[in-house]
Amino acid sequence: MLQDKDRIFTNLYGLHDWRLEGARSRGSWSGTKALVDKGRDWLTNEVKASGLRGRGGAGFPTGLKWSFMPQKSDGRPHYLLVNADESEPGTCKDREILRHDPHHLVEGCLLAARAMDAHLCFIYVRGEFMRERQRLEAAVEEAYEARLIGKDNIHGWDLDIIVHHGAGAYICGEETALMESLEGKKGQPRLKPPFPAGMGVYGNPTTVNNVESIAVVPEILKRGASWFAGIGRDKNQGTKLFMVSGHVNTPVTVEEALGVPFRELIEKHAGGIRGGWDNLLAVIPGGASCPAVRADQIIDAVMDFDGMREIGTSFGTGGLIVMDKSTDIIKAIWRIAAFFKHESCGQCTPCREGTGWMMRVMARMVEGRAQKREIDMLFEVTKQIEGHTICALGDAAAWPIQGLIRNFRPTIEARIDAYTHRANNDGAVPSIAAE
Amino acid sequence: MANLKVDGKLVEVPDHFTLLQAAEAAGAEIPRFCFHERLSVAGNCRMCLVEVKGGPPKPQASCAMSVRDLRPGPNGEPPEMFTNTPMVKKAREGVMEFLLINHPLDCPICDQGGECDLQDQAMAYGVDKSRFHENKRAVEDKYMGPLVKTVMTRCIQCTRCVRFITEVAGVSELGLINRGEDAEITPYLEQALTSELQGNIIDLCPVGALTSKPYAFHARPWELNKTESIDVMDAVGSNIRVDARGREVMRILPRLHEDINEEWISDKTRFVWDGLKAQRLDRPYVKKNGKLVAASWDEALSTVAQAMKTAGKKVGAIAGDLAGVEEMFALKDLLASVGSGMTDCRPPMSGLDPMTPRGAYTLNTGIAGIERADAILLVGTNPRREAALVNARIRKAWRKSEVEIGMIGEAGELTYPYTHIGADSAALASVADGKHKFAKVLAKAKNPLIIVGEGAVTHAGLGKQAGRDVLALALQVARNADALRDDWLGFGMLHNAAARVGGLDIGFTPHNGGVCSADQIKLAEEGKLDILFLLGADDYDMSAMGKAFVVYIGSHGDAGAHRADVILPGAAYTEKSATYVNTEGRVQQTARAVFPPGEAKEDWAIIRALSGVLGAPLPYDSLRALRARLYAVHPHLARLDTLEPGQAAELMERAGRPGEFANAPLGSPVRDFYLTNPIARASKVMGECAQLQAGLKQAAE
Repeated sequence: MLQDKDRIFTNLYGLHDWRLEGARSRGSWSGTKALVDKGRDWLTNEVKASGLRGRGGAGFPTGLKWSFMPQKSDGRPHYLLVNADESEPGTCKDREILRHDPHHLVEGCLLAARAMDAHLCFIYVRGEFMRERQRLEAAVEEAYEARLIGKDNIHGWDLDIIVHHGAGAYICGEETALMESLEGKKGQPRLKPPFPAGMGVYGNPTTVNNVESIAVVPEILKRGASWFAGIGRDKNQGTKLFMVSGHVNTPVTVEEALGVPFRELIEKHAGGIRGGWDNLLAVIPGGASCPAVRADQIIDAVMDFDGMREIGTSFGTGGLIVMDKSTDIIKAIWRIAAFFKHESCGQCTPCREGTGWMMRVMARMVEGRAQKREIDMLFEVTKQIEGHTICALGDAAAWPIQGLIRNFRPTIEARIDAYTHRANNDGAVPSIAAE
Repeated sequence: MANLKVDGKLVEVPDHFTLLQAAEAAGAEIPRFCFHERLSVAGNCRMCLVEVKGGPPKPQASCAMSVRDLRPGPNGEPPEMFTNTPMVKKAREGVMEFLLINHPLDCPICDQGGECDLQDQAMAYGVDKSRFHENKRAVEDKYMGPLVKTVMTRCIQCTRCVRFITEVAGVSELGLINRGEDAEITPYLEQALTSELQGNIIDLCPVGALTSKPYAFHARPWELNKTESIDVMDAVGSNIRVDARGREVMRILPRLHEDINEEWISDKTRFVWDGLKAQRLDRPYVKKNGKLVAASWDEALSTVAQAMKTAGKKVGAIAGDLAGVEEMFALKDLLASVGSGMTDCRPPMSGLDPMTPRGAYTLNTGIAGIERADAILLVGTNPRREAALVNARIRKAWRKSEVEIGMIGEAGELTYPYTHIGADSAALASVADGKHKFAKVLAKAKNPLIIVGEGAVTHAGLGKQAGRDVLALALQVARNADALRDDWLGFGMLHNAAARVGGLDIGFTPHNGGVCSADQIKLAEEGKLDILFLLGADDYDMSAMGKAFVVYIGSHGDAGAHRADVILPGAAYTEKSATYVNTEGRVQQTARAVFPPGEAKEDWAIIRALSGVLGAPLPYDSLRALRARLYAVHPHLARLDTLEPGQAAELMERAGRPGEFANAPLGSPVRDFYLTNPIARASKVMGECAQLQAGLKQAAE
């Protein structure tokens, strides 16, 4: 279990003052100038050495991402773009940072901007985050007033921060769609390549990072990369905000070490599963787009990127959705399918057409009004979407259903049998729509 | 250059190529819906997926990925891509299935049937039965005006139409709204599109979502005879394909010509075909007791011959906007045989005198050359109305390099920003004198281009000198800007009529003591001209011809036919092989797609027949013989589809700053894009468009 001294987000629950004064008392903005002065290469290498992986879901090494920015500007400005469009169902870590620890983020922006030679940072805040945006804006304002950021600030690195409020579309959390939306266009993902590091916001080199990735940077640099790297196991280092929701006794957002065993996470922080461990049915370990796994698969797993991969799902954002045996798992996954169908941007074919198709087949499977062969067909459809789209939303829509079919196939079949059985009792012929 | 292997075959392609182009260079065809060479890359249909070695383990959209983005092998081997692996096949089949699940599959009642990309590609990547058991999506049809019919349920959201209308046509009137499967292409406000290039989205649409409204349910593509020809609706000379069934022209489509129209055509070119069936002159008429009555060819020709015998030399001829070179040449010969040089092919009071060097009345850079210009000055022209495709080319140049554009004339929406300098020749003079700041823009430019509209040198009210002064001034501007060089002749005239340059080329202008068209009409009114031939000429004052005996040779019953004493029915441009020289000076020939209606004949043959009745037959009995003589006199007309720019020195000579000049207004002579010639005026569709445009204008004012 993570010791209190190793916690980065010391005001995660808003028990203390979130303003500059309070943040300073917790260590923010101390020694920042010395870090800024160490220069770009040191900063990037230190973050690389810390083993920090992106906290937005994909887990791409942050330091490596920063090093993709052009070494020398070709005349175009560099931008840091912070993705605060946290929309993944089951994920609520960034909002806690924005409303209770915003100075971690602002300070992180300064350091990250220094590490990529950027003088302008955009923070794109999710449309629904009204209060969070107000807190963030207030924190940015405080930082300007204290000359911590802005032109000619005390740190010797000019940085302007623009807080942009989105309009509330899930797809705008995708980095290129986010850039489109930021530029005032319709939020539709761009084709890659060119990658944002070469051509991002307004055609200029841009690095897009998650709020948590940026917010942990000051602590990492202050305490040293080896401190951060010493937590967790190889390639899965550091601390992470876990969000436990669903059928646990005390749903919680908590900072824990990567690699914390699932059982420990639930017992220690979430008050255990509702109705005891035997009542656990399934867990979606990292936000709605990750495949759901059965209780027996996850109960002894360790919660980190590789640990989740080993059991055939993904760590995602660390937002665990815990479901006990009262859950209709098919309906739960149908609801997720409906979410992705609703949030598909409609730009490319497989996602536009496929999400609706999957959702409708799922809707029938919730009732059991389907044929067993359609389970395989549905699986194939998910495979036709996965990897064939412009952005990862297609994959995200496909994975929950793949997880369902892989891990809960007997449940689906039983549902179909039950429906057919009922139909036979009524004397009606089992029917399929449009047949 | 980049080396890469496509399906194991090594090819070398330029760096800027996409994988799709590289694959085509290697002979591997890649299916696509959203990709189009002349539009921006959308990458959204996902049909062109290919496998790339060394990349992520998923297929890549070949239309969007550049060969530069490929990674070489570990030992520096050329990068590899595959277009025929199981992964690629599966990906394409998957995408095809998705495209078809919500497609209505109403091919039997769809006008795109037989020439549908989705249909064709479904043959290769589709399966014969559906696994989709849900309800299909339906989309409400949209109103886009009288030209484009929509069946939006068929739409596959490739957004080609949106990109065309925004990028090429330059009006942002189409868009994709809503998200996910609710995404719809819409003209936002259910208003007719205002672009004069909108018909091209019908060709671009890979499915039957956007089809031609006038052509709806008229024919199937496989029933049509396709004839490659040239358009005469404006002086651009767009390359077209005339699709006919039996004796009827069913539709007109563009044909690829990179230097002229690329693969677009204007709406007038595309939708004028219903005008070919209306108001046709299909038999000769002779005026008896003040009324035109149908007559036989013999009667009509002998009536004309009779009149000619008494008239002697007092015979004039005016050629209209659609006349081919051959008939003008024959008519000139006919008049020469009676000793008259009263021929003219120009609008009244044109400043283009017969001695004008060719370089002064053609677009010397060519239409494609506009893209090389780095500053453009438009003088007295509204290219959007006069030559929509030249306008599209200027817009393309502007999109490519934000070329600075100046304009002297009526301000109007041209689809690109420009500096409005003024609207009369005084404004032109201020540029010529270097007083206006645009003179500096031109002087700074490496390849400045001055485009003078035909209207700028034609001033019916002010006389010929006004036009000559404008021409001299414009040339002076060009000379000051160093645009008159041998390596860049940045001066050009934009004509409004297909016949004009050809007529000027063969000297269908007053010669041998003849006078111009306006003077001919004046002479006719004064009773000094006995016979006036109107070769499809309708845009002249018909009430001012006095008692002259008017012979109308033409295809449509327009103004000229109403005034005529004898009507000799001719052939329209789809019904004859005729030579036209476009505004660039490019010689092209139309081809006969259908026969002229009724007893109508090809125009040159009518003139030849008349000469026979007169007893002085012209020395050619066939089109071939006529052309042989034509080419002997004007050899350049035999060089089809070549550009022959003028001489810089000749133009320099003409340049000058007249001390005093009449301050002529420099407007565009084309008031209504849709109604510029007799065929267009006979077309119901064009009439509808013109009304709509007038209404829109009114509503906007």
